Amino acid sequence: MHFNPKQFLRNIPLHFMILPGLVLIIIFSYIPMAGLVIAFQDFSPISGFREITWNGLDNFCYLFELPGFRQVVWNTIFISIMKIAAGLTVPVIAALLLNEVRINGFKRSIQTIIYMPHFFSWVILGGIVVDVLSPSSGIVNMVLKSLGMQPIQFLADNNWFPYILVITDQWKEFGFGTIIYLAALTSIDQSLYEASIIDGAGRWKQTWHITLPGIRPIMILMLTLSLGNVLNGGFDQVFNLYNPLVYESGDILDTMIYRIGLQEAQYSVSTALGLIKSVVSFAFIGFGYYLAYRFAKYRIF
Amino acid sequence: MHHTSHAYRWFLRCNYVILTVIAILCLFPIVNILAISFSSSAAVNAGSVTLWPVDFTLSSYRYMLQNHQFIQSFVTSLLRVVLGVSVNLLLTILVAYPLSKEAATFRSRTAYAWIFVFTMLFSGGLIPGYLIVKEMGLLDSVWALVIPGAVPIFNVLLMLNFFRGLPKELEEAAWMDGAGHLRTLWSVYLPVSLPSIATVTLFSLVGHWNAWFDGMIYMRSPEHYPLATYLQSILQQVSLQTENVTFEQAAMLNKVSDRTTQAAQIFLSIVPILAIYPFLQRYFVHGLVVGSVKG
Repeated sequence: MHFNPKQFLRNIPLHFMILPGLVLIIIFSYIPMAGLVIAFQDFSPISGFREITWNGLDNFCYLFELPGFRQVVWNTIFISIMKIAAGLTVPVIAALLLNEVRINGFKRSIQTIIYMPHFFSWVILGGIVVDVLSPSSGIVNMVLKSLGMQPIQFLADNNWFPYILVITDQWKEFGFGTIIYLAALTSIDQSLYEASIIDGAGRWKQTWHITLPGIRPIMILMLTLSLGNVLNGGFDQVFNLYNPLVYESGDILDTMIYRIGLQEAQYSVSTALGLIKSVVSFAFIGFGYYLAYRFAKYRIF
Repeated sequence: MHHTSHAYRWFLRCNYVILTVIAILCLFPIVNILAISFSSSAAVNAGSVTLWPVDFTLSSYRYMLQNHQFIQSFVTSLLRVVLGVSVNLLLTILVAYPLSKEAATFRSRTAYAWIFVFTMLFSGGLIPGYLIVKEMGLLDSVWALVIPGAVPIFNVLLMLNFFRGLPKELEEAAWMDGAGHLRTLWSVYLPVSLPSIATVTLFSLVGHWNAWFDGMIYMRSPEHYPLATYLQSILQQVSLQTENVTFEQAAMLNKVSDRTTQAAQIFLSIVPILAIYPFLQRYFVHGLVVGSVKG
């Protein structure tokens, strides 16, 4: 490609259009990346960057020796993997069921309702969940009591808490997740169904041999792209639902970063933890995108 | 498709029932909160409220509308939404248009695209991000809630994929008529991009209205909290007090806190979203699918 002065002149306005956005992401995304160096320092919020004391990998060693660090890593991965698995199956089932509906008004109403929780924040939904699951006054435990069962302390019980996270996460997101599968379902070649009917296949056989293979590429794509989320347990949700009673099963890397960093003001330790998380996540995202490109020809843009 | 066996007709009936139950389960907690907000405290504490208000009263709403802090946070959130959505929309369009050009016509495109996309994959994290906002002197100002997220990369990707899907002839015709890039963007691209613009506006609007974490870390005084942060702080009060106490004590505290006013606040803060949702819903499904799933 040779330098083309005419084309260059013509494209100058494009550079100007992109400039404001570029400056802002350099300031608020790239400079903080450079700020990751404080993970290798003994950074003090008071003296700031004026007096710099380097301490090598001390912050990382400190982290690994923290009691409960392994538990937090395990919680994060356990919660994420369950969420990824649920996020892959529940929306597909919902999309398959919705796809069988022939009454358009009914279909649209159901969609409107199941998409809705996606648009509320975890502050709102967390407030609702805490109220609904409350052992003394929550509606769920009132139902359990009326059935003669003991009330369950869903949000204060380490056996229940991770599953409550997964269930409520699906409550918020499964409807929105169905959008992509519904779109994929409409693109399946209708003549395949006609051919299978002639061959005498019932609805179930059609679903198994045509519909599911038809959306398999999208499912694999979603799975590979979700790899990047293995170290995200969902900060907003956990932060708004957990309490000290369930730290053991519910504390994740992001909540730990917050507590060490902003509540205990150990900026360097918190940044070290953030750096580990960013690097590992980046590796997973990179790997996921590589697989998605390799096997599904997916590109971000 | 017209092959309807006996078993399939049964499946269809069950399907309608299953989907209806799923939808009811989705809505149930929200309707429950709404019913609590319109009920008297006594009825709520007696546990007699499920889906319909008992002893209908507006007293919690009256109480909330006299609550100075609530009103102030509501106004802060409105201001944040107006500023934030305008900035987001302007920058989304200004960044997406150049990036939607082919690398052959706009050679720097690939480099720019990587610079933007990389920020989706890797970030400096909580503390370095906080420090830069502090160094810029933005703490305690509404701009701390608007400027750091001024370029929403996900929206840029949706928008640029939409732009790329537009027929090339549109742009060529504009150039023949002597229009430059700005003119082409303004008079040719934007008018045909309304579904996508509606989608990214919805996402940005909902994002700003719901955001609470940045308010919590960047606002020093609670008077400057946006609504979501204020709400978060009052809903978390109970659990903050319960550090190092037993579960029985926590349950007691839970009982005395006023459930009806909390329910009213929760409901008031979702009213704006409920109000815009029906108008934008018909766009976002289309906009999202066009922008994210390609050929």
